[in-house]
Amino acid sequence: MNGQRLVLPQTFSVLSRRRALVGSGLVLSASAVALLGGRDALAAGAKASTADVEADVRILNTALGAEFEAVAAYQVGAESGLLGKDALGVALAFQGHHKEHAAAISATVHKLGGQAVTAKAKYNIPVEKLKSQADVLQYAAGLEKGAISAYLGAMPLFADKALAQMAASILGDEAMHWAVLRQVLGETPVPSAFMS
Amino acid sequence: MTSGWRAGAALASIVALAASSATAQTTPAKAPDGATLQRGEQIYARCAACHAVEANRTGPQHCGLFGRRAGTAPGFDTYSKAMRDSNIVWSEHSLDLFLEAPTRAVPGTAMGYAGVKDPRERADLIAWLREATLPGVRCRVSR
Repeated sequence: MNGQRLVLPQTFSVLSRRRALVGSGLVLSASAVALLGGRDALAAGAKASTADVEADVRILNTALGAEFEAVAAYQVGAESGLLGKDALGVALAFQGHHKEHAAAISATVHKLGGQAVTAKAKYNIPVEKLKSQADVLQYAAGLEKGAISAYLGAMPLFADKALAQMAASILGDEAMHWAVLRQVLGETPVPSAFMS
Repeated sequence: MTSGWRAGAALASIVALAASSATAQTTPAKAPDGATLQRGEQIYARCAACHAVEANRTGPQHCGLFGRRAGTAPGFDTYSKAMRDSNIVWSEHSLDLFLEAPTRAVPGTAMGYAGVKDPRERADLIAWLREATLPGVRCRVSR
């Protein structure tokens, strides 16, 4: 961690290792369930076109694939032996968030009648480049930054506004991850007023 | 003008431009300056949730991108049918059109991303990609 101590607010909630490592049986939070309330257009009595639903499912499945990869990346980081106790707690907490995102997106795809992608057996994590805690956190920060951009780029494409709202909710969480990781790395946590 | 017509016209433009620029693939472009490459690399960070130069991830690897037919990155087997069937060959021109609005350029692509709307940003990104994805020089194509 470049000699820096990870300082977290008293109220920061770190998932227990047991909970964070459980891959199935996640219970969605009340807010996540609310976001999965159903198709915006259908709820309003309008009929969404099949093409719109298929397009939304494609976007969701791409996001789901990236969430699964983020879960795998944090697992590699957690098992690397490079993370100190505090950083490990944060990594597992963030991994738990990504598991929740994946569960919410997967449930939404099913709700829309689509087939959700599943996690790959293997991911191309550049482990040969991860030689220190800072390397691991820098890699995680890059993924989080990419996720922010991906959700930002996906939001205008959703035919269903409820799905755009769900994407915005996840985007906010990813942005917090990115800021915390940058802070730990000694970088300006929020380097600009806008994200792209 | 329907959105379907626009999408079809965009794809036709990409394919036509890719074909007309095929010879340009072998013509060295003017080397971009360091500032351009730096900006391009920063813009590429937006792609990092799904893409990497040297690895297939949620999206395909970019090493060897220029001159490659869309939907044929080695070892990547989860392309959309739309991308596999697009007949696009990646060049500066086709990338510029695709990156502006991927789902408009290739309806049905799995790349659910609104696009890089600023022409200058696209130019910087493409300039960086041209440098960073040279197989055997800047990167290694993984299988």
